[in-house]
Amino acid sequence: MQFFKQAFIPPFHIKEVINQCYEIGLRALPLITLTGFIIGIVFTKQSRPALESFGATSWLPSLMGIAILKALGPLVTALICAGKVGSGIGAELGSMRVTEQIDAMEVSAINPFKYLVVTRVMATSITIPILSFYCIIVGLLGSYVNVRAEEATSFLTFFKNAFSTLQFLDLSTSVVKALVYGFTIGIVGSYKGFYATQGTRGVGKAANQAVVMAMFLIFVEEVIIVQIANWIRYY
Amino acid sequence: MMENQKTTKIINRDIPVITIKDLYKSFEDLDVLKGVNLTVYKGENVVVLGKSGSGKSVLIKIIIGLLKPDSGEVMVLGQEVDKLSEKELNALRLRIGFSFQSSALYDSMNIRQNLEFPLTMNKKNLTKQEIENEVVEVLDAVGLENKMNDMPADLSGGQRKRIGIARTLILRPEIMLYDEPTAGLDPITCFEINRLINQVQKQYNTSAIIITHDLTCAKETGDRIAMFVEGKFTRIGDFKEVFDSTDEHVKGFYDYNFIK
Repeated sequence: MQFFKQAFIPPFHIKEVINQCYEIGLRALPLITLTGFIIGIVFTKQSRPALESFGATSWLPSLMGIAILKALGPLVTALICAGKVGSGIGAELGSMRVTEQIDAMEVSAINPFKYLVVTRVMATSITIPILSFYCIIVGLLGSYVNVRAEEATSFLTFFKNAFSTLQFLDLSTSVVKALVYGFTIGIVGSYKGFYATQGTRGVGKAANQAVVMAMFLIFVEEVIIVQIANWIRYY
Repeated sequence: MMENQKTTKIINRDIPVITIKDLYKSFEDLDVLKGVNLTVYKGENVVVLGKSGSGKSVLIKIIIGLLKPDSGEVMVLGQEVDKLSEKELNALRLRIGFSFQSSALYDSMNIRQNLEFPLTMNKKNLTKQEIENEVVEVLDAVGLENKMNDMPADLSGGQRKRIGIARTLILRPEIMLYDEPTAGLDPITCFEINRLINQVQKQYNTSAIIITHDLTCAKETGDRIAMFVEGKFTRIGDFKEVFDSTDEHVKGFYDYNFIK
């Protein structure tokens, strides 16, 4: 609640939000590139035999489009960011708390919650949807590399087929998912770090709990959002 | 350094800047402050002397509004801290400098950014040149003008303390609160910090509360000493008045520090 109260009252610390977006994006980008690409290759390779047995390998790009855009892209990005970014935020703010840096802000008449928590939550909420779509593109590229190795499908045909069965609802569900995951990672990491106690032990605990709790919440949110999307689709 | 600057100490005993009356504070079952009374006058350095873990830091954290008292009254610059709104409290905090025991420098920022940060966040109308001038001035005041682009991790304990003091000075405080300024430092660095505290008092005409268990620091920097024993002040006066006593706690403290 405090986040929503603080987020809409000036000053907005836009510069710090941009700085955090850059930090978060840069921190997670190499791992997301690697993971997204490998997922694309492996998932395509494993799906091919099953589709072959039905003589439906031409459906491979569509299957990959659905799997990566609707489920794998946002989920994999969120799990990587929960580990990489969430733990980083938890540890950073936790160490600032135990070394009195947060108190130092407060006594300098700077609102530490607004400067540290609000900016980070905003940054994760902006960056993780962007990273999710980057992961989707990289995943589909990985998938295309595997498809191209097996058959002479052009780049354009692959992507045309990959997106042919997708609807606006699929795209908007992925955006909402990524947004919710980003918010979750930011708020959990910040909360655990900002209220860390017990010295250096507390810092480790904050980083660890930030990851575990964010991952748990992400899975719960995945189930809920998919249920809501299906409900919208059928009714 | 600032030796060339103003070097006279002006204490005005008609103007109290901090008044504490019957202050109580507990943490769960532990009573930390048990009826504290103290007045600090304009331009005066008051040293709060007591054992580690006795609750001295709690006292200054209440003064700056980081902790809330259970009961009692804390008046700072004519305002009752506990009754202020967040906006009023922040306005008051701009008039108080707080030097942390751990220095509490921002690890992710270099020294220049550490000093600029409180200024840019609180005084939006300053130009880049004005900010630069302020940074140079306070760094010169603490004698570390050549460390501007270093990271806090590259500094020694004494240098970190001095930068911590510089960071508070940049907002031109009227009151300084020092939490264990010489803790963990070698005697020569302690001497430099003591000298810096006195110079800050003279150059910026600040009043101060200095929390310490270091008797040399108390003797060097304190206009008055307040002996803090078991949650309250048992003796308040100048160094001679306080230590001219047969009180077991006071005597023990003196004997230990001066290895009698």
